[in-house]
Amino acid sequence: MSTDVKKSDAQVAKADLVTATIDGIEVHVPKGTLVIRAAERLGIEIPRFCDHELLDPVAACRQCIVEVPDAGNGRPMKPQPACALGVMPGMVVETAATNEKVAKHQRGMLEFLLINHPLDCPICDKGGECPLQNQALSHGDGESRYEGVKRTFPKPVNISAQILIDRERCVLCQRCTRFGEQISGDDFISLSERGALSQISIYASRPYESYFSGNITQICPVGALTSVDYRFQARPFDLVSTTTTCEHCASGCELRTDHRHFQVKRRLAGDDPEVNEQWNCDKGRYGFCYGRQSDRLTHPLVRRDGKLVPASWPEAIDAAVVGLKAAGSEVGVLTGGRLTLENAFAYSKFARTVLGTNSIDFRARPYGADEAGFLASEVTAKPMDVTFTDLEQAGTVVLVGFEPEDESPAVFLRLRKGNLKNRTKVLAVAPFLSNGSKKMGATLVPTAPGDEVKALEEIASELEAGTILLVGERASLVPGLLSKVRQYAAKGVRWAWIPRRAGELAALEAGCLPQLLPGGRPVNDARARVDLQAAWGVAQLPDSAGLDAEGMLTAATSGSLKALVTAAVELSDLADPEAAKAALASDSVFVVSLEQRLSELAESADVVFPVALLEEQIGTFINWEHRARPVEIVNARAQSVMTDVRVLAALADALGTDLGMRTPPQARTAYLEISDWEGSTPKFTTAGAFGAAAGGDGVRLASWHLAVDDSRCLDGAETLRQSAPAPVARISAATATALGVHDGQQIAISTDAGQVVLPAAVTASMVDDVVWAPTNSGAELFRTLHAGPGDLVRLTVVKTAGGAA
Amino acid sequence: MSVDVLTPTLSDNWDQPDAWKIANYVARGGYEAARKAVGMDPDAIIGLVKDSGLRGRGGAGFPTGVKWSFIPQANPNPKYLVINCDESEPGTCKDVPMLMATPHTLVEGVIISSFAVRAHHAFIYVRGEVLHVIRRLQKAVADAYEAGYLGKGIFGTDYDLDVVVHAGAGAYICGEETALLDSLEGRRGQPRLRPPFPAVAGLYASPTVVNNAESIASVPAIVAKGAAWYKTMGTEKSAGSTLYSVSGHVKRPGQYEAPLGTTYRTLLDLAGGIRAGHQLKFFTPGGSSTPILTPDQLDVKLDYEGVAAAGSILGTKALQTFDETVSVVRTTLRWTEFYKHESCGKCTPCREGSWWLVQTLRNIEQGKGQEGDVEKMLDLCDNVSMKSFCTLADGFVANITSSIKYFREEFEAGYHTPAWELFPYEKSVYFPYERERITVSEGAGE
Repeated sequence: MSTDVKKSDAQVAKADLVTATIDGIEVHVPKGTLVIRAAERLGIEIPRFCDHELLDPVAACRQCIVEVPDAGNGRPMKPQPACALGVMPGMVVETAATNEKVAKHQRGMLEFLLINHPLDCPICDKGGECPLQNQALSHGDGESRYEGVKRTFPKPVNISAQILIDRERCVLCQRCTRFGEQISGDDFISLSERGALSQISIYASRPYESYFSGNITQICPVGALTSVDYRFQARPFDLVSTTTTCEHCASGCELRTDHRHFQVKRRLAGDDPEVNEQWNCDKGRYGFCYGRQSDRLTHPLVRRDGKLVPASWPEAIDAAVVGLKAAGSEVGVLTGGRLTLENAFAYSKFARTVLGTNSIDFRARPYGADEAGFLASEVTAKPMDVTFTDLEQAGTVVLVGFEPEDESPAVFLRLRKGNLKNRTKVLAVAPFLSNGSKKMGATLVPTAPGDEVKALEEIASELEAGTILLVGERASLVPGLLSKVRQYAAKGVRWAWIPRRAGELAALEAGCLPQLLPGGRPVNDARARVDLQAAWGVAQLPDSAGLDAEGMLTAATSGSLKALVTAAVELSDLADPEAAKAALASDSVFVVSLEQRLSELAESADVVFPVALLEEQIGTFINWEHRARPVEIVNARAQSVMTDVRVLAALADALGTDLGMRTPPQARTAYLEISDWEGSTPKFTTAGAFGAAAGGDGVRLASWHLAVDDSRCLDGAETLRQSAPAPVARISAATATALGVHDGQQIAISTDAGQVVLPAAVTASMVDDVVWAPTNSGAELFRTLHAGPGDLVRLTVVKTAGGAA
Repeated sequence: MSVDVLTPTLSDNWDQPDAWKIANYVARGGYEAARKAVGMDPDAIIGLVKDSGLRGRGGAGFPTGVKWSFIPQANPNPKYLVINCDESEPGTCKDVPMLMATPHTLVEGVIISSFAVRAHHAFIYVRGEVLHVIRRLQKAVADAYEAGYLGKGIFGTDYDLDVVVHAGAGAYICGEETALLDSLEGRRGQPRLRPPFPAVAGLYASPTVVNNAESIASVPAIVAKGAAWYKTMGTEKSAGSTLYSVSGHVKRPGQYEAPLGTTYRTLLDLAGGIRAGHQLKFFTPGGSSTPILTPDQLDVKLDYEGVAAAGSILGTKALQTFDETVSVVRTTLRWTEFYKHESCGKCTPCREGSWWLVQTLRNIEQGKGQEGDVEKMLDLCDNVSMKSFCTLADGFVANITSSIKYFREEFEAGYHTPAWELFPYEKSVYFPYERERITVSEGAGE
């Protein structure tokens, strides 16, 4: 039964329902409901291939033909496809259940579909979960009368690095091409040739590069489209499926993860109509191999004589205890942005009750001075407000510091749907009209990074009650922008903060900020501390303001911070990776690192504890809507390493304090016990001044992470990486002319720290005197330039060996 | 029977020297109807065309004026007129000679029709293979622009009209009106789901009238001489004069313009009868997608109702004539091969049905058919009929089933005897003939 019918039921008044009869049973549905959906409501199964509830009807496969003895006007119709026929009042429909003619049509159609379909089910990836196979059994004849010659094609053929097509198996339902047109907007596949030789093809000049291409393998009703990585890896009936949540961004898409022999074989988009509908991005689909790389940690490591060497758990815990005890309360905790609520809560409590510090921060990325205050005051412990469905139905959506297709792909899909179906107006406050923005039908509000406040003021007439403002994590880098967001919020503009990482909202709820305790309690509110002390059974919680992430690194450099506990922090994500590396490598800082894989940070740690992968534990993400997203154990091996919660509990025991939780479920219970706080909330005070960014020589840098880039979480997804967008440096035509470069020519983006060389992409919509480059595609921008979005950089032409400028 | 039965209207000037030149067309009163029309109330023109009883000449026979009145004038989008001149049906050959002889008749019809439906852009979609026709039409349009009949403020009024001649790329399916629109928009030509109908959301999702070239070319005469005059020709429900294209085994094949309702017996007389020494075996009333008829139906009135009552379709009035030397199995196979090649591939029954039926028919032609093949073909035809996306498949199915209906024994003979032994192919041609090698190979390389 389809959910969209259920939902529209609630919205449609009874008077708008029409009554029709299908197989003699009356059904009441909203006018215009397709017969195939109305039949589903009655539990009447009509076979189909091209029909998909989230795609517009195409009526191509003709498998769902029904008879209509009465169209509602007393007159019969010729046989109709149920997938494209709207229910009319008084309509009478007969399916194969009651009409032998229909049953014959359906058998005949399946016979036609099978005459050119190879009998290779035993070696086909789809065999066992194939709609063609299933419906041939349920609605077809056992024997074919066809004795002729089958159509053959060379097979398989790559249509992209990660997708193969077996054209012989294709039933030409056009689900994949319609997905490209109607859902992702990447219509780089199309039918070519005609008749029985019709085939899904790619263009000679336009590669099929899409962040959403994996969806076409999932909606293909036969085994024509398959994933390179999954091909011949498993039989569907040998797989164990688990419904869980994706860890790659803050949208929290539902996933169906399939494993066999303790190894995840594939991930599919789950079906959550409120969140990701039935889609996900390729990062979520293919990015699951990072935990099986050679750098996966399975044993603790301890630094001896300057080198990390394997150690037993008691040995490593002892070493950590010695170091942490020596540091006293001059210790900090960096949790990264990727933890589940349960793990984040364990770190938060560990910092406060075991280490006795408020120096805790989840932000492993550049951020502005007023961000922590803003997040603590405006984002934490708020009820769900703006939802995916709201995005689809909003009149106007304004994006600032946020590039949905790269930074939260499910948001992109929903905005595009809103734009196509409901004419949602999308305004992108950005330096150029990105490809994603184009596909959402967005209008560019041309803005150099740093000038966003002014840009929002210029479109103030759009920012009225009813408008939705989506604020990305880069927004805090613009002085005064978050204050501006609060001003518009006060005017009735609805808004949401959408960070990139899956764990950031959960970290906020768990209190992973210096001024924030769990549940939105302010550290500087004695009542809040007392409340928590009582709940936790501790005599005293630290009341002095802790250090934030950058503060901790500075203090580590200066020697005033003696120890750091870190969880899954990538140095290259930080604003100045080299400085952070130097700070952590200093002998005066004792670093305890809890990691899934040996990272650059772990290499300079003093003790490294391995922790469980997400697929090995239970937990909760909180997505940008503030919706709890369950993480389930997919694949627990007997020898699985411990979760962050368990390791922290062991450390706490050794340090002489009970953490009060040893497993993620216990952490969740403990969190739920204290999450309800009705006292005061943190106050926001603006730290930055309004106004434009600093002037000076050079051009301003714009940058964000592409969804598919050099991120370590895509390690092992090599075919996906092959279809990643090629890195370029985008500049306007005027900037290019001033520089004397043409499209495609190599240019250098430089600061005193270093330079990155990329081919210039002269971009029509680009703001002058700005250069955009991807943050981590081919080169690590922050590390090389020591500069981030809004900073000034220099552009120079790279002289080639041939002498051409 | 004399030539009195002919009613040259569309073909009135075909015998004039250089009839296609604008000066010669104007000299005989050309463009006067258009000049008159742009001074009329558009609704009055629609009313006039309705009153004339003009029906679509592309095959379906929908009343032209009624179709125009469906255009929602309140819709803020532009309105478009699209002329379907993608004449590709085997046997159908009326628009091509008409446009060679008198392209300005169509251009004048386009002006009047566009004005009536308040379109400022008209597109003439011409079959791409007939380059000579495209050139002649392009020249006619250019001359009309030069004369001030097209472009800004035509005939000194404030009415603007632009006409684009668009060449198809060689697909039969683009004669289906919605596939034509997709093709015109630069997409792959495949029929669209209806509703919405083109009148509501056609070209570029705007209200669009799609008419056959002959229908539109008939309009100037109606405006010039009136609806009553037009109705003096034809039958009650099928008014007017039309082009009958007689081809095949007749003495004088060609275009015969006569009132709707003229019988095939009359047309055969005009064409000089069947070639000497032979008799009529069967014929198509309106191209290869209409069920065949036999000598028993010589006196069927060739209008929309008459042909339908005889179990076929008037179609494009393309009378393909076959004498007793012809193997029905062979014609059916050739036609089905055509439809298999032209099936767009969108829907299953057409795509796979034509693929399968061709193979069965080939076996029968070669005398390699198997007992039961005829019944199997009829069953397959039943599985295709009325279930395909558009009417392309209904066309080839009708052809096969009607051929079996009248000549079943010829198909059954294919269980043991090749068709060329029963009906030596060289006997049915006018030129030396060598039977082609028949190979059965299917695949991507075909």
